[in-house]
Amino acid sequence: MTLTEADLSAIFLTLKLAGLTTVLLLLIGTPVAWWLARTRSPLKGPVGAVVALPLVLPPTVLGFYLLVLMGPQGMVGQFTQALGLGLLPFTFAGLVVASVLYSLPFVVQPVQNAFEAIGERPLEAAATLRAGPWDSFFSVILPLARPGFVTGAILGFAHTLGEFGVVLMIGGNIPDKTRVLSVTIYDHVEAMEYGQAHWLAAGMLVVSFLVLLAVNAFKPGGRQP
Amino acid sequence: MSIAARFRIDHAGFSLDVELELPGEGVTALFGPSGSGKTTLLRCVAGLERTPGGFLSVNGDVWQDDRLFLPTHRRPLGYVFQEASLFPHLTVERNLAFGLKRVPAGSRQVDTDHLVDLLGIAHLLGRRPDKLSGGERQRVAIARALFTSPRLLLMDEPLAALDPQRKAEILPYLERLHRELSIPVLYVSHAPDEVARLADTLVLMEDGRAKAVGPVAEVLARLDLPTAHGGEAGVMVEAAVAAHDQAYALTRLDFPGGALWVPNHAEPIGTPARARILARDVSLALVKPEHTSILNILPAEMVETAPEGKGRTLVRLSLAGTPLLAQVSDKSAAVLGLAPGKQVFAQIKAVSIL
Repeated sequence: MTLTEADLSAIFLTLKLAGLTTVLLLLIGTPVAWWLARTRSPLKGPVGAVVALPLVLPPTVLGFYLLVLMGPQGMVGQFTQALGLGLLPFTFAGLVVASVLYSLPFVVQPVQNAFEAIGERPLEAAATLRAGPWDSFFSVILPLARPGFVTGAILGFAHTLGEFGVVLMIGGNIPDKTRVLSVTIYDHVEAMEYGQAHWLAAGMLVVSFLVLLAVNAFKPGGRQP
Repeated sequence: MSIAARFRIDHAGFSLDVELELPGEGVTALFGPSGSGKTTLLRCVAGLERTPGGFLSVNGDVWQDDRLFLPTHRRPLGYVFQEASLFPHLTVERNLAFGLKRVPAGSRQVDTDHLVDLLGIAHLLGRRPDKLSGGERQRVAIARALFTSPRLLLMDEPLAALDPQRKAEILPYLERLHRELSIPVLYVSHAPDEVARLADTLVLMEDGRAKAVGPVAEVLARLDLPTAHGGEAGVMVEAAVAAHDQAYALTRLDFPGGALWVPNHAEPIGTPARARILARDVSLALVKPEHTSILNILPAEMVETAPEGKGRTLVRLSLAGTPLLAQVSDKSAAVLGLAPGKQVFAQIKAVSIL
């Protein structure tokens, strides 16, 4: 094995970041997806576009604004300081916040699509069978939307694994705290350590491939040729 | 014991404005062309449509008034949708249990085993909805609704999505439910045959209004309503099996206005039977026709006529109180000198048992 301790630390940190981000995304993304799937509000369009922004925005742009916002002069920075939490940039917590925003559309969109595909009828049927709104959500909507949640979780996790630009902007390159895999690979390449870079890069490649394979397996009808 | 409902909806392109007092038992059909507001009315009753200013009370319990709006899940009703709408992630058994387990034990009044038998679904319990035929799915949906011990059963064209064969398969179950359970039913339909077969009371809907309300036999025979016109117009006669003639494979049905011979209907003497007689199958004569192949010739009194257009006249007759419709040509009407009170003989070419 040619992986150094620093490499292993980066792998561990990356998995921790992606795992935590995915859990938070499911918690935050579900209500957002529900609202987007069901609302008739004129805000649906703008909110949907904001959620989708990370799909098209260069990660450095997102990272730059987060850095400004969470910095000592930024609104979020002043708020976190007032709460006694200090500043978020260049901390693991800051990376989590950035990752949640960066991967949001990858969770919200599959879940929203799943909610939309279910439609009104199962909810109405559940209501005529004495199930209140919360009851229906957990006993009917969640099970029916499961493929959407699985897809969203996998995509959110995988997308966070590969994050680079945002991390560089607001996380920097602090070992054990913010130095994730993608940054480590960059460092190896910079240092002409191509062997090390190969190990990590190939690992990412294989994992990403497997993830996409898994997503296809969970799509309804995904097993058809 | 009655159901009082008042709903008003004013959308662009659609309005509903009804005020109804319906019997608190038996089957009430909401009948009318598509777009007449039948389904919307049913959804208002279920609380699936919010209608400010509406009112609904079911056999003494107010479900909705100016201050109160019970949400759907707090209304003790059963709802059968046009498409069965079973939960695809649950087996038949767990679909049935879904509503049942949400009803407090003290309010469960339905013999679930009996219902499973009655609807013939015992062998389906372990299956998933996607492994059922359309007719089976609809029977499970009916059972699922009844498992909640509803005080009111709402059915939105439960047979419309089925082919004639599946329809024929479910109708007997619905009739048995009707006979054996005392739950009032609101039944949306646009099929005259279904209505004549199942309903006791008829609400005729048109453009979001209730045009007529009353016992089925009476409403179907009213000449001022669109139900009395067109090829499907006809009456429903409530009769009972009175005699069998084995030699000729015939059965006699007696009703207050006389007797009808119909093709062999193998039911015990005294069994109630509904017969449907279409207006186009009834012709009239001034003297009792003899030497004719027509079996059913009944003395009748002319009540009123209405022009049908295209050279035809619709005649309403009374068979000692039981209404009958006949469709004759304008010329015949003139030749016979039809006038209210005139005694005639009605020749009935065809009777169908419902």
